[in-house]
Amino acid sequence: MVADSSLVQEYSIKRWDFTKAGEASCEIKNTLKQIGVSQDVIRRVAIAAYEAEMNVVMYARRGKIRCEIDTTIIKITIEDEGPGIEDINLAMQEGFSTATPEMREMGFGAGMGLPNIKRNSDVFEITSVVGRGTKLKMIFNL
Amino acid sequence: MTLAEVKEVLQAELLTNDENNLSLQVRSACASDMMSDVLAFTEPEALVITGLASQQTLRTVEIADAVAVVFVRGKRPAADIISSANEKKIPLMTTEFCMYDACGLLFNKGLCGVTEQVRKILSKNGSR
Repeated sequence: MVADSSLVQEYSIKRWDFTKAGEASCEIKNTLKQIGVSQDVIRRVAIAAYEAEMNVVMYARRGKIRCEIDTTIIKITIEDEGPGIEDINLAMQEGFSTATPEMREMGFGAGMGLPNIKRNSDVFEITSVVGRGTKLKMIFNL
Repeated sequence: MTLAEVKEVLQAELLTNDENNLSLQVRSACASDMMSDVLAFTEPEALVITGLASQQTLRTVEIADAVAVVFVRGKRPAADIISSANEKKIPLMTTEFCMYDACGLLFNKGLCGVTEQVRKILSKNGSR
């Protein structure tokens, strides 16, 4: 639970906007630097947020990334409108990917995205409804 | 190893404009064209060696706290990517060596890879 006094940032993510892809995660990273969060935590948050942001850019129609920071945790929520994930257990396996050749040309689609997000978070939750979208919640302890 | 040494070993060309950055140190190297692999396995202060000359390479370096990029096989990113790297103070270099040779040359000079990090992750996953 994030307290009312927390710092909240929210960004929109657009499908296939590869020029701006990653900007939200970089801005979150810069904010964490400015408020003096430790380098290890910043790096884990940035990697997890960036992987999640790229998933929205590549697979969904649109999405939002929300970052809430209080004195004890950083909470990142990413929610998209998109095709959803049919088999979450399969999608969590390293190496499993449904990426197109175009996505691979951008350097993504190695099947490492969701496992990378989970590995870098202290708490990771994923819910998805096929045909509607996917929601990720990540918590990082400070 | 300093970036100046990397540049010399790989007979590389510096694409960004601040030669002072060549004094920066790299502690390890991660070579891949897949950015998720770079995000998973690089450690801070790493050199990224890749054939992927896209905006996402630059973002990945920024996100993962890597130091610099060497593009192999003579790859050159577009001017807007080089300009963005100048703003972010991320040195970019290009070498005509292929990835295998570039890695071999740097390894031979003592720059290690990220196998320990890969092993750590594999063992946590129970894959071995």
